[in-house]
Amino acid sequence: MRQTRAIELGTGLFVLLGFAALFFLVTQITNREFGLGDGGYRLVASFEQVGGLKPGAPVSMSGVTIGRVEEIEYDFDQYQARVTMRIDSRFDRIPEDSDAGIFTAGLLGGQYIGIGPGSSETFLADGSQMQFTQSAIVLEDLISKFLFSKAAGESAGNAPEGAKK
Amino acid sequence: MLAALTRELLQSLRAALEALGAYSLFAARLFAELPRALLRFDLIVKQMYNAGALSLVIIMLSGLFVGMVLGLQGFDLLERFGSEDSLGTAAALGLLKELGPVVTALLFAGRAGTALASELGLMRATDQLAAMEMMAVDPVRRVVMPRFVGGLLSMPLLAAIFSLIGIFGAQLIGVQLMGVDSGQFWSQMRAAVEFGDVMEGVVKSCVFGVACSLVAVFEGYHSLPTAEGVGRATTRTVVTSSVVVLLLDYMLTAVML
Repeated sequence: MRQTRAIELGTGLFVLLGFAALFFLVTQITNREFGLGDGGYRLVASFEQVGGLKPGAPVSMSGVTIGRVEEIEYDFDQYQARVTMRIDSRFDRIPEDSDAGIFTAGLLGGQYIGIGPGSSETFLADGSQMQFTQSAIVLEDLISKFLFSKAAGESAGNAPEGAKK
Repeated sequence: MLAALTRELLQSLRAALEALGAYSLFAARLFAELPRALLRFDLIVKQMYNAGALSLVIIMLSGLFVGMVLGLQGFDLLERFGSEDSLGTAAALGLLKELGPVVTALLFAGRAGTALASELGLMRATDQLAAMEMMAVDPVRRVVMPRFVGGLLSMPLLAAIFSLIGIFGAQLIGVQLMGVDSGQFWSQMRAAVEFGDVMEGVVKSCVFGVACSLVAVFEGYHSLPTAEGVGRATTRTVVTSSVVVLLLDYMLTAVML
């Protein structure tokens, strides 16, 4: 009897420890935030280029996370990417002329949406479309533009010399 | 010469098929008994103690050291790219998705699987299983099932504990010893690790739990009733479990990635 008790105690401790570990892994190690997700409201924004933005990426204002990207799809009416964001209901006073941009956290970090507040007195409501958007910066584009402009500058400088000969 | 070789090859192929068939039939029988076995929960608790609670020390110790090694190696590698801040992400994903389930399963096969196989083999060798049959007690129901269920329930919990301790081990080396910023370590980890990654590890460890328990119970139950037979069953448990776990790991990763 005494031995059975000890075994039950040991097993109970083991199971408790196991589930505590699982719970910790799910709540503390992942970016899942409970309570956000079913609540809150949706905003829609269209971008020329979303780059490496993924569903679940944070939406922030001045660095404060106010929601997450819910869905990214291609919109054949506008030929643009259509991003649906879910914003926590605590942040319900975003001016309607606010702009949304896609930024990169650090050089190698993930991409997120940053919202810069506008000055309008009316606020964005559930399902409304954001007017002003700024696409993700694609590093390759930037580099090729830089190289092209440099090459163009050099050839312009060399042209008179070539003409002399 | 060639004919003999072909015959040999065909024979070993046939033996492999027979083994697979025997395993499948045994597994089907165990799963059919599953609902009834859950009613005798006291027996399962005892086996969870044997397979799970008694494996805790080795699992936690191994988890700590695997995490610490991951911290050292990860830091050394990431420092070359100047991105040692992502050490937390690398360690957490590596542990949750691969090392946690796989190393736990291998340790489980060595610690609990051998114990199960030799116990059942000895029961077979000393005619205890035959005695049960004489008393109209089904040994599969009374002896094999609780061990099987106890093992497969313990595995995911052990893997979760392993991963958690491993992450703390990596944190110990990375943050305390190597000077990675503590805030970066945790926040980058939290930003990158998703719920699905944790679930991938849980699914893997559940599958490995079924595989390891099944192999141990099968080999023990079907061991030859001699001293040599018990020894061979124990060896085969470790070898088969390890190979099956690594094989399954590849297949599961390919499916879930």
